[in-house]
Amino acid sequence: MIVAVASGKGGTGKTSVAVNMALSVGNVQLLDCDVEEPNAHLLLHPNTHRTEPVYILVPHINEELCLRCGECAKFCQYNALFASPEKVLFFPELCHSCGGCTLACPRQAITEEERRIGALKFGSAGEVELIYGELDVGEPMAVPLIKAVKKQIENNRNVIIDAPVGTSCPVIETVRETDFCILVTEPTPFGLHDLKITVQVLRKMSVPFGVVVNRAGIGDKKVYTYCEEEKIPILLEIPYQRRIAELYSKGVPFSLELSDWKEKFQTLFGETKRLVEE
Amino acid sequence: MKQLTILSGKGGTGKTTITASLAFLARKAVLADCDVDAPDLHMLLHPEVIKTQEFKGSKLAVIDKTKCDNCGFCREKCRFDAITKATEVDPIACEGCGVCAAICPADAITMIVRISGYAYISKTKYGLMAHASLNPGEANSGKLVTLVRQNARILFEKENSDLIIIDGPPGIGCPVIASVTGVDIGLVVTEPTMSGIHDLQRALQLLAHFNVKSLVTVNMHDINFDNTEKILRFCEENSIEVVGRIPFNPKVIEAMVNGKSIVEYAPESDVAKEIENIWKRCRASLNLGNG
Repeated sequence: MIVAVASGKGGTGKTSVAVNMALSVGNVQLLDCDVEEPNAHLLLHPNTHRTEPVYILVPHINEELCLRCGECAKFCQYNALFASPEKVLFFPELCHSCGGCTLACPRQAITEEERRIGALKFGSAGEVELIYGELDVGEPMAVPLIKAVKKQIENNRNVIIDAPVGTSCPVIETVRETDFCILVTEPTPFGLHDLKITVQVLRKMSVPFGVVVNRAGIGDKKVYTYCEEEKIPILLEIPYQRRIAELYSKGVPFSLELSDWKEKFQTLFGETKRLVEE
Repeated sequence: MKQLTILSGKGGTGKTTITASLAFLARKAVLADCDVDAPDLHMLLHPEVIKTQEFKGSKLAVIDKTKCDNCGFCREKCRFDAITKATEVDPIACEGCGVCAAICPADAITMIVRISGYAYISKTKYGLMAHASLNPGEANSGKLVTLVRQNARILFEKENSDLIIIDGPPGIGCPVIASVTGVDIGLVVTEPTMSGIHDLQRALQLLAHFNVKSLVTVNMHDINFDNTEKILRFCEENSIEVVGRIPFNPKVIEAMVNGKSIVEYAPESDVAKEIENIWKRCRASLNLGNG
């Protein structure tokens, strides 16, 4: 089973839920797909076994064959190529690696070469295997790296994915083809607003989901009313406690320190499984 | 024209709370909400939309089933896995590159322009605001950010203003890059947690990469004094000015529930006083005088 933990609003506790659940369930693969700001390792403290660079394919223009006809630039939907009469300029950060320019070139002057965008890191802590991506600073495109992380999924295992924040392409790539999505929110106007957007995205993608309310007790009750009206199951509530916030700040998963939480996270995972099988 | 972007790397550190407060304190700045995925600033500033504009972010492949002979060539060539086994286009996966349309032997695929969201120009109590909403599941948030910033510049030209304040998205990827390129200052809001520190460092590297001057503020600094100390030391070693340390105060959430910025809701609170201080130091850093 593949479960993603996501949230439209940042800082609601995605990583905390993903890591605590992974530790409580044991034998799982934990994937951190928040490749812009991966944080799961800061809570899990894994031994890192190895690092693998991740590349995307980008065009390489053979100047001797190139006629500066501009067909490649005309084809490119991302403005990554610009043909001046003297030279075709390539802006690698804009390239989506679609390969269209190689097809468009009438002289076969374009081949593809690898360009590094980040790295995969492999580690483990006890029974939890952690794999995460780290985007090189200055690289705009998270999606190819997220795909590389997700390629590591072992289908016969339980997989928990820590998703990136927001509701656009990186999140969509992460939750695509997962069995269930746990949406972490907080009972505040920002939490609710961003939850509503994420719910629309998941419904459009037909991924089943439930909600975890973190910092329960702050803000207002509107998140609960919304979930009730929309018939969205609330799978777990984590109360606002200064102690939990302090443990998080030190990089300690709170289920290791506070009693009952290991069982609660096991129940959360079990409930998720039940909903998937339903 | 001066431009200030509030960013954080890590989400939920208080970007929007601070942006709304700075908007209140600045009075005449032009505002831009560049967190187009999950925009929240409008919940504190209550903009009244005066102009709506369609955002045509990308194209979408459409297969004419009467011409398609299911050869599967498009599926093979698509790098985004956007053609399903039944030779249909998955609109969520399609990035609009046009490869399938170019290679289809039956000429069955055309590319259509899709509306990925909307950009807005609005009036608020504190000045004009450019903002946007991305349709659920749409890509190209970086392009939409660029459109919001263009709109903000147009508003700036019309208004007698001295500053554009930009609420940035979390992360360090394409919409964040689009929010910080060419601005005068990036104010990074962090928190004294392990992830806050980690993400702060990556956000600062990003700003350095694009030659943007950075300032730092620590939010909820009293949650973990040791980590706050680490942040201060790190910033000192790297010659980065820390412009404020905001204490934890439940009034911030109360203000949010009431749809107000904290400086408006509780002007005498410790948080509001510290944000006023941050505003003064940002102004000084932007060479805007004492306003």
